[in-house]
Amino acid sequence: MTKAKTPKARVATVWLDGCSGCHMSLLDIDERLILLADKIDLVYSPLVDAKDFPENVDVAIVEGAVSNTEDLHKIKLIRKNSRVLVSLGDCAVTGNIPSMRTVFPLQSLLDRVYDENATINKKVPTKVVPKLLEQVHPLHEIVPVDVYVPGCPPSADTIFLAISELLEGRVPQLNEVTRFGA
Amino acid sequence: MNQDDLANIAVQTKQEESRYDHVIKVCVAAGCLSANSDQVKTQLESEVKQRGLESCCKVKGVGCMGLCAAGPLVAGEGNEKMFQNVTPADASAILDSIVDNKPAPENVVIDSHLDFFTGQKKIVLENSGEIDPERVEDYIAADGYEALFHCITKLKPLGVVEQVTKSGLRGRGGAGFPTGLKWTTVYKAGTGQKYVICNADEGDPGAFMDRSVLESDPHRVLEGMAIAGYAVGANKGFIYCRAEYPLAVKRLRTAIRQAESHGLLGNNIGETHFDFKIEIRLGAGAFVCGEETALIASIEGGRGTPRPRPPFPAQSGLWDCPTLINNVETFANIPPIIRRGGEWYSTIGTEKSKGTKVFALAGRVVNTGLIEVPMGITLREIIFKLGGGIPEGRRFKAVQSGGPSGGCVPEQYLDIPVDYDSLASVGSIMGSGGMIVMDETSCMVDVAKFFMDFCMSESCGKCVPCRVGTTQMHNILERISEGRATQNDLEQLKELTGMVKAASLCGLGQTAPNPTLTTLRYFMDEYKAHIEEGRCPAGICHPVKDKEEAEVGA
Amino acid sequence: MSTAPGVEICTLIIENRECGGRSDQTILDVAEEYGIFIPTLCRLPGLSSIGACRMCLVEVKGSNKLLPACVTKVQEGMEVTVNSERLEAYRRTTLELLFSERNHICSVCVTNGHCDLQSLAQKLGVNHITMPYLHPHVEVDASHPRFIADHNRCILCTRCIRVCAEIEGAHTWDLMGRGTKARVITDLNRPWGESESCTGCGKCVQVCPTGALSEKGQAAGEMMKRRQFLPYLSMMREVGK
Repeated sequence: MTKAKTPKARVATVWLDGCSGCHMSLLDIDERLILLADKIDLVYSPLVDAKDFPENVDVAIVEGAVSNTEDLHKIKLIRKNSRVLVSLGDCAVTGNIPSMRTVFPLQSLLDRVYDENATINKKVPTKVVPKLLEQVHPLHEIVPVDVYVPGCPPSADTIFLAISELLEGRVPQLNEVTRFGA
Repeated sequence: MNQDDLANIAVQTKQEESRYDHVIKVCVAAGCLSANSDQVKTQLESEVKQRGLESCCKVKGVGCMGLCAAGPLVAGEGNEKMFQNVTPADASAILDSIVDNKPAPENVVIDSHLDFFTGQKKIVLENSGEIDPERVEDYIAADGYEALFHCITKLKPLGVVEQVTKSGLRGRGGAGFPTGLKWTTVYKAGTGQKYVICNADEGDPGAFMDRSVLESDPHRVLEGMAIAGYAVGANKGFIYCRAEYPLAVKRLRTAIRQAESHGLLGNNIGETHFDFKIEIRLGAGAFVCGEETALIASIEGGRGTPRPRPPFPAQSGLWDCPTLINNVETFANIPPIIRRGGEWYSTIGTEKSKGTKVFALAGRVVNTGLIEVPMGITLREIIFKLGGGIPEGRRFKAVQSGGPSGGCVPEQYLDIPVDYDSLASVGSIMGSGGMIVMDETSCMVDVAKFFMDFCMSESCGKCVPCRVGTTQMHNILERISEGRATQNDLEQLKELTGMVKAASLCGLGQTAPNPTLTTLRYFMDEYKAHIEEGRCPAGICHPVKDKEEAEVGA
Repeated sequence: MSTAPGVEICTLIIENRECGGRSDQTILDVAEEYGIFIPTLCRLPGLSSIGACRMCLVEVKGSNKLLPACVTKVQEGMEVTVNSERLEAYRRTTLELLFSERNHICSVCVTNGHCDLQSLAQKLGVNHITMPYLHPHVEVDASHPRFIADHNRCILCTRCIRVCAEIEGAHTWDLMGRGTKARVITDLNRPWGESESCTGCGKCVQVCPTGALSEKGQAAGEMMKRRQFLPYLSMMREVGK
């Protein structure tokens, strides 16, 4: 450990029910990743190897909506272990595409997919996969959220701005740069 | 017809009736009719015939006597003898009691000196339960159309308006706008085509004051409208009545026909130059059509949705003409005000709320029905004296006045006077006169949810706060009642009540939060019990205990 | 009807600025002349104003009610507040209510990036919806050969109804149902493609603030609304009166 160096922020990124496009956009910040690497420890992410969500996280950046019991469990744990929770992208912020299934009753949806449209193994899977919730929820319907970054996906610049501001200890003001569907 | 003809009819009708020693009155308004009072009347008539009493005993169908829950009601000997829950089989015993002064079976006798009857002051309902609503002669014999003739022969239009202004009468539809001021505005609105509209689209759940007036004394409303027409310079009136009131509509039609054939409506009324015609328009059951601009849109043949005011109908209403629009009860107050003077009327009631008010007393109270009381009476007197208190020894919890637009008033305010301003000061409104009493078996969250459900379904959908706001508020109330709500939901509910109240386009949305606001204000403990403990103190809702599990349907 | 009173010139204060207007102008008209922004949604210049969306509510000194700027005429000495904490909160709530009401999935919407609802949300800082989405099951009517009505995106502003009745003169569109169940309909609720009164002019599509009405064959974000015709046609209508 070098002395007098500011400790790096412990940052986690999470992928719930979404297309991972927001993570792609995060990677699109390109060479600025190197800048960030100096300032953050990526303690949990689809991009790193950690299996369990760690404790004592400074910033958790969550992509995707809450659609099943696993998402539900995760988001509560994330909230508990994180100081700042960032809702990244329209799925996390509004439910977006995943939420389009909410207009149909869950059972009719499962029947459609695993019975009517299935050619083999006509059976709704109950093992290994987590159970779907009746409704798809944006994160803030389940846990308090600190920062909203709408967009589908939010641009790399938006994401970089959001993270940079947070690292500076400021609440990012993103209205000028992003919106629903941006 | 002129004034002498009118007086002749009155004298003749009174003479006819005075030939009988006994007049037996049977209520034939909708409440009692639905309990087969028509059969009671037929049985009484045939019993009279059988006993050969036709010359001394008259059976007469009359309007509402007020104690609707105890119907069918029969009265005799100038209301000294009253009978309740009468069946055709009781006809004989009732005749025995009235004609031969024998004691009637206890289960049908009502004490006519009950506070319910003696505690009232009848102006609007003075003829209800007294005259035959289907005979114009009966109305004329009760000084009917005298006020109209007085106006058109002796007063200038402005003189009529002055009397109404002097009376201090305020609109009985709910908002309490000074009637005289409204009439003045229409009077002053030029000399072109103007209209008079009677709002008979009574829609509050549990309220039936206007229906009763129309069924019991329809000519009074016609007379009030004709006087208004003369005063403001209109020659055409519309009664907008909801189609769910078939009997009221039928009696109105009969009354209009009779009035026309007697020259009391139509051209050259009372052999003067005053013309006034009245048409009925039926509403299709939309609550919002009780709002004046929506009602006008509906009469014009459009979709019944409100529009922003100004311009007010008094300036630009039906087909863009100046339009006077008042409620049934307001018009019903006009003939007595003219007959006895605005001065007289202004001696009744309180400083800012003059006259009497008709209430439909319902819910957890011993005597339910229709009452007319002077303004300024306390809620306690209405509920515990006239209403006879709470049945089955239960405890009073709240009284809801003003229907879906009103609030729930708790016990600590039972001694406030019933007037427009006092009720408003505790978060409720006078409203059109619905009054629902609740005891400890009512859950206030459930009550709030009920009224919000009503407003949500009845919102016309035009403005966003009312259309979506009521739905969101209803859903929150539902979550609270089911025990699935969080503290956040409660905060959001509070915010929405304020926003919907301030931002909605018409009275429906602006008042829709009132039941919720007042229950939040006075019964927060009940909300908390549902949210924090998963418990409904009244045992009405069945909140879930485990919020975790219920929260996302996992 | 009484004769319209003569139009007068009045001075008033809007957002602490002294403004001059004619008494037949609305607060919104005058504010726009002075470059003062008041958000609107159901209103579209060239069509009648109905004061329905409540976005343009303003405070007027001396009135205890909030007044819609789009239909409230100016008066001498009026003092108008456009932006107060309360008004801004109500406007955001109104937008949130609209987003929660139907299924506005901006990312896949044909008007993504050209939508009045979306851009107003951005402008007023609505970056998430605090109330639960209602997720109603609503229809898409693709029966018309050239146009689509996607009720998932409809905010019931009734611009389509007004442009069809007031400018095109066809009155194909109307409204049915109450509350959140209200729908814009064509020809007594027959499919649009079977409408006998529809002239196929497409004005409704162009004035629609969202992706509720669009041209067929447009992918997400491709539907641009062209409203240049409105000022001209409404002027012609006034001249023809």
